Amino acid sequence: MIWQLDFWLMLVLVMFAVAALEVKDLLAAVGVLTGYSFLMALLFAELGAPDVALTEAALGAALTGVFLLVSLFFLDRRSED
Amino acid sequence: MRRDFDTGLVEAVRTGTSREMSDPYESIFVHVVTKAMVPMIQIFAFYVITHGHYSPGGGFQGGVMLAASTILLRLALGRDESFRRFPPDWGALLAGGGTLLFAILGVIPLFFGGNFLDYHYVPIPGVDPVGLRYWGILLAEVFIGFLVWGALVAIYDALSGGGR
Repeated sequence: MIWQLDFWLMLVLVMFAVAALEVKDLLAAVGVLTGYSFLMALLFAELGAPDVALTEAALGAALTGVFLLVSLFFLDRRSED
Repeated sequence: MRRDFDTGLVEAVRTGTSREMSDPYESIFVHVVTKAMVPMIQIFAFYVITHGHYSPGGGFQGGVMLAASTILLRLALGRDESFRRFPPDWGALLAGGGTLLFAILGVIPLFFGGNFLDYHYVPIPGVDPVGLRYWGILLAEVFIGFLVWGALVAIYDALSGGGR
């Protein structure tokens, strides 16, 4: 466990989370959320939980993005609010 | 330049509804790379499933990887070809069958005085309790892997309207 690596990963993680909430283009939001999941998987692996990291990488970074894209296909691309 | 890196789904979202989501993506590179990648993803997924009791991973993670390989086929090759390789009925069949087999495997020890999933009570001659637990956990991981595979592909088919 390297606290410098943890610090920077968590900082970038918070930036990704805020960006996913703030961005108006939903396709970009899905991309940023996928990046958030990938960073989350890196953080889990670095904190010594490879099992959770494997789940997060396979489910969060791959399948959730695809499911959100499929739902986005039936919606407008721009956020209304 | 940028659209060369999109899959068909991303391009469909980006450009509006000009094309069907279930059409194959028209780049030959995407097809060739998909067909090369999918067997490797599936072999690694089987490795993760069958080594779940030694190393990180297990039935759920391996099943998610199997589902990811099938959904990659769906995205890149389009409806006709990917339905020939993995018919849409198989999703619900795998999910239901995997759940049923897992439940049966868990209930078997109840008849011999154990708890749910307490494999070492099952009297199989020639296998010691450690071996019984070993094979029981392995079988449970395999069934969980198949049920997660089927369930996630069924979710994708239901979302994209491909299973109709």
